[in-house]
Amino acid sequence: MKLALGPNQYYWPRAQVLDFYNTVASSAVDIVYLGEAVCSRRHEVRLADWLAIANMLREAGKEVVLSTQVLIESGADVTVLHKIADNGLFMVEANDMGAVHCLSGKTGFVAGPHLNIYNLPTLQWMAGLGVTRWVMPMEMSRDDLAVIQQGRPDGLQTEVFALGRLPLAFSARCFTARHCNLPKDDCQFSCIQHPDGLMMRTRESEEFLVLNGIQTQSARVYNLLPEIDSLRALGVDVLRVSPQSQHTPEILALFHAVMHQRMGVNEALQRLPDLMLQTSCNGYWYGKPGLEQTAAQAALM
Amino acid sequence: MTFVADVSLTPPPVAPAAMELVCPAGSLPALKAAVDHGADCVYLGFRDATNARNFAGLNFDEAAIEAGIRYAHDRGRKVFVALNTYPQASKAELWQRAVDRAAHSGVDAVILADPGLMAYAVKHQPQLRLHLSVQGSATNYEALDFYYQHFGIARAVLPRVLSMTQVEQVINKCKVEIEVFGFGSLCVMVEGRCALSSYVTGEAPNTHGVCSPPKAVRWVETPKGRESRLNGVLIDRYAPGEHAGYPTLCKGRFDVADDKNYYAIEEPTSLNTLSLLPELMQMGVRAIKIEGRQRSPAYVAQVTKVWREAIDACRKDASHYVAKPAWFSDLDKVAEGQQHTLGAYHRPWK
Repeated sequence: MKLALGPNQYYWPRAQVLDFYNTVASSAVDIVYLGEAVCSRRHEVRLADWLAIANMLREAGKEVVLSTQVLIESGADVTVLHKIADNGLFMVEANDMGAVHCLSGKTGFVAGPHLNIYNLPTLQWMAGLGVTRWVMPMEMSRDDLAVIQQGRPDGLQTEVFALGRLPLAFSARCFTARHCNLPKDDCQFSCIQHPDGLMMRTRESEEFLVLNGIQTQSARVYNLLPEIDSLRALGVDVLRVSPQSQHTPEILALFHAVMHQRMGVNEALQRLPDLMLQTSCNGYWYGKPGLEQTAAQAALM
Repeated sequence: MTFVADVSLTPPPVAPAAMELVCPAGSLPALKAAVDHGADCVYLGFRDATNARNFAGLNFDEAAIEAGIRYAHDRGRKVFVALNTYPQASKAELWQRAVDRAAHSGVDAVILADPGLMAYAVKHQPQLRLHLSVQGSATNYEALDFYYQHFGIARAVLPRVLSMTQVEQVINKCKVEIEVFGFGSLCVMVEGRCALSSYVTGEAPNTHGVCSPPKAVRWVETPKGRESRLNGVLIDRYAPGEHAGYPTLCKGRFDVADDKNYYAIEEPTSLNTLSLLPELMQMGVRAIKIEGRQRSPAYVAQVTKVWREAIDACRKDASHYVAKPAWFSDLDKVAEGQQHTLGAYHRPWK
């Protein structure tokens, strides 16, 4: 089982991004997804910079994948999509069907978590287009994944989002700009002020959702670290950790240690809360509301 | 596997086809109301999780769908069946059987979102006309071309997130008919890209065909006011006398930093594009969709009547078309939140 770092969902200053990936280069991760997947207005790091970071990480021995934007609206968005799809050097993660169209028939690409692959006929059909790895939708339960794994096409890898705030929704509208009373086209890049998003609380002060530009995330951190044995038993090939502004290398190290049986789950779970942005949730994994937390259960298989 | 659409072999029509009015029906009386008040097409769903309005007491069993199709076809109107949720791993056959049922019942098109289900339809019901659902999240011409080349979709419904300019760009670049939402409840999120409801309740549009489902809603009277809760999470709290809306979770009031008690994501308004009708027609939008299969036959009748009149007026003389104040007041009576917006088509927030 390999460990992946997902595309950064937040907007950080350029220097912070470069520092972050320099640290990642020497971290315990196997695969790194790079690129701006959330908002086309974010420009601290441009495609040429991402390619430079990609080369640096490849030289450090990491497998690099370029992620496309989830919501592609304008002609300019499509132009960037074409450049990524045709980059010729690195594998690409498709995050909408436009990207799938541009990548079909090319040598292997990743079907991202927002493509809504919920069943075996669709997964088999996508594999026929050249998908070599797919990322399970966040909403999918362990039991549904088990059904899919039993009929998964030969050679197709399965990746599961295993730690991070859940990217739950995307809009054309920017909720960070809305909070700042700014129009989207003059947002003053206000999301750069919130390196881990902007907390939205209920009126009884419960931390509920996180506003991250056009994306809405869970406040709680989806955490499948206690399920690593179960994930392995299901034949999952890759676990994904989502970047956060602090402690990402430590989190990667904990996952790596548990995956390679150098640390017990209980010890890792004692260390993890100090590194996470909020408390854990795992409801989706057990077919329940996503925000719920269920005690880990023994693997089914 | 690549499916080349028959439509690519036929020459384009000489004159642009008339804009169709596509109206919702959650029941046989609603279907009749839509047909009687001038809908060109009615869309409906089966009584299960295969469609995105899977509410108790709503939708069509075999007898109702047969009667509905006969009623519409006798009057020269079309019926579309929405099978626009995503087949879930352990019961994908339910969706495949629904495609077969729709084909055998003689519907004019099915509205699908899932590629695997489209591949099934192309293989097993090749005569069936396919429309891409808004739940397919196709917001650019590359995505639309994908569904066209592989499955020969005849039409796509665009998510309610594009501006007028973007809608026009899509129409100019793609080979399928474009249907847009004209009126109804407004999703501020990209359809097919929102799991907020399942995060709170376990059920969402993609997986169960519901958003903020009624069974998870609880109304509580407290000293601070009437509260609406969704699976225990406080969505809104209303002062005495304040109009209390349905607790769709993105339309609640929340606190963000020092900004207390505001609509952090979206205000509860209705989409209403009556004033954009000449532009939509001119850019070649093929159909206007009215949201609201969960609404009453009276709502369907009222909205259909106004939009029929508007489309006819616009077709007759687009240059002198003005949306009548009476149309707005008639629609605002049945609209969510009692106010309307042009949504993303016109972007005051842009």
